[in-house]
Amino acid sequence: MSARAHDLTELRDEVRPGEPLLQVRDLSVRFRTEEGPLSAVDDVSFDAHAGELLAVVGESGCGKSVTAMALTGLLPGSATVTGSVLLAGEELVGADKTTLRRVRGREIAYIFQEPMTSLNPVFTVGRQISEVLRVHEGMSKKEALHRSGELLDLVGIPSARERLKQYPHQLSGGMRQRVMIAMSVACNPRVLVADEPTTALDVTVQAGILDVLRDLRDRLGAAVVLITHDLGVVADVADRVMVMYAGRVVERGEVHEFFAHPRHQYSVGLLGAVPAARVHGKRQRLREIPGLVPVLAEQPDACTFADRCPAADEQCRTSRPPLERAPQSAHEAACWHPATDASRAAAASPEEVQS
Amino acid sequence: MSTVESALVDPPVTGGDRPRRGKVLRRLVRAPLALTGLTVLTVAILAALLAPVVAPYPAAQTNFDATFSPPGTPGFLLGTDSLGRDILSRILYGTRASLTVGVLSVLLGLAVGVPLGLAAGYFRALDAVISRLTDLVLAFPFLILAVGLAAIRGASLSNAALAIGIAQVPGIIRVTRSETLRLKGLDYVSAAVAEGASDPWIMGRHILPNAVSVLIVQATVAIPAAILGEAVLSFLGLGIQPPAPSLGTMLSEAQQYIARAPWTAIIPGVAIIVITLAFNLFGDGLRDALDPKGSRR
Repeated sequence: MSARAHDLTELRDEVRPGEPLLQVRDLSVRFRTEEGPLSAVDDVSFDAHAGELLAVVGESGCGKSVTAMALTGLLPGSATVTGSVLLAGEELVGADKTTLRRVRGREIAYIFQEPMTSLNPVFTVGRQISEVLRVHEGMSKKEALHRSGELLDLVGIPSARERLKQYPHQLSGGMRQRVMIAMSVACNPRVLVADEPTTALDVTVQAGILDVLRDLRDRLGAAVVLITHDLGVVADVADRVMVMYAGRVVERGEVHEFFAHPRHQYSVGLLGAVPAARVHGKRQRLREIPGLVPVLAEQPDACTFADRCPAADEQCRTSRPPLERAPQSAHEAACWHPATDASRAAAASPEEVQS
Repeated sequence: MSTVESALVDPPVTGGDRPRRGKVLRRLVRAPLALTGLTVLTVAILAALLAPVVAPYPAAQTNFDATFSPPGTPGFLLGTDSLGRDILSRILYGTRASLTVGVLSVLLGLAVGVPLGLAAGYFRALDAVISRLTDLVLAFPFLILAVGLAAIRGASLSNAALAIGIAQVPGIIRVTRSETLRLKGLDYVSAAVAEGASDPWIMGRHILPNAVSVLIVQATVAIPAAILGEAVLSFLGLGIQPPAPSLGTMLSEAQQYIARAPWTAIIPGVAIIVITLAFNLFGDGLRDALDPKGSRR
């Protein structure tokens, strides 16, 4: 245990203060499929800092999960990954199997979407958590079981000692998700990737899980990458937001800035689709974004959102917008016609619903 | 909030009980056919194990004063055969031999088939090779294989078990492979990969334990097939050699006297039928009992 703690401080020293723990640069993922090539992720770059919660937002099929899986080479053989993923200076794209296996779970841990099926039904909860510890940390059986109990406490499972002896089918969905989180954080990972961890759960349980994630960020100083399509969750827990659309990053910025002044037309559309009746005090029709996320064989030299965008013009269809900063701000958007406060006000003029 | 939430959401803590195991047993006992199978098997296995103790005579002891005694003759409950040997004693010893061959050959089949099936299902590169070899063995007639083995190594119980075991391997490979393919796609296996688990670890900890119920059922189906296989080989003189009894050799010897002393053929025949039927009934019941969907019916 103490040796491990020593390791950790040593490793953490490699990252100079202010420098990101995880640096992703120009990450692209293409799949070979029976219908031909498919471009799932295109030139995605982002940083994750220790002690910070980055939310990755987007519709189904926009490449959020693929980006997450690509970080540690979890994609199937039909995927080609290019670009660079630096974890504290170590390159993970193209790294060998041994390196990746060491990084997985220990440095970058995942929490998946399906708590009901992500635990092995034939072993007790305690055994599953302690096996992670025994494999990665070389703990003894007894030590590992003890630590597993502490981990269950950490993720807010009552009567943790008794729970250790139970099988997954004896636990509710929320409990299983907490067990999954306990397994993920067992080795004090420096990056925690949570892929829609609350989608399958009901709202009260969801709030509890988000509390746990926030707590892990603050107490363990982990960089948390939260993948979600729920903007309510983003507003609740995120420090920074990255919006993805059709495999590209379209907007990136600090969370308050994002909600107050969304710049990309897609982000404006996303926020317009959030029920906010209580804020405005009157019933109002939700704005939907027409159409679906396109499935792309090749990345065009154009804005991929142009076909669904109310502000699109010729430039959008013939030239790809770069990710650019807003004046006097770190808020970035890849849009030829970024929304301004005035344009947002005009677009959001409430159409009242006749009821 | 968290206490209220826990009270609402959590099932009560009941400690480390294992309801699953008890449930399987309960379901098994409730199905009358499976219970019959289990009872018959228990009796057969006990009889085979205790044959030296309970058999009234040594299996090969002849009694020329009482050849072809019909069943019910005092001293010979099931009668005697052409050499006056006690059929009851020979059935007990014969069951012992048949069960031994059945179990040994299936164990051999599992020992070879399960690792190969796991490898074929888990590593895509090995799949084609292993599956084609499986087809090759399947295409090879079982009897020719047994005759060949007997010719090379001599006819004996262990060679019969070997031949039958080899014949079992392809089926076991296929079942293990398909189960591995199914389990490999499950979320907890992907989760284990993301946790940095190695391939052997995932196969040993996540795939094999979850495939066990399917393999147990496969074994209960394979054992009666192996017993029949042994009977066939012994009948043809390729298995256990006289005077040692097996259900197959008894049937084979009785053949010449079937008109004069039909019981010498009927009794071992019935024994073969009862034992294989009992295994099949038990296997069916076990499959239903282990099927998680059974609980919803």
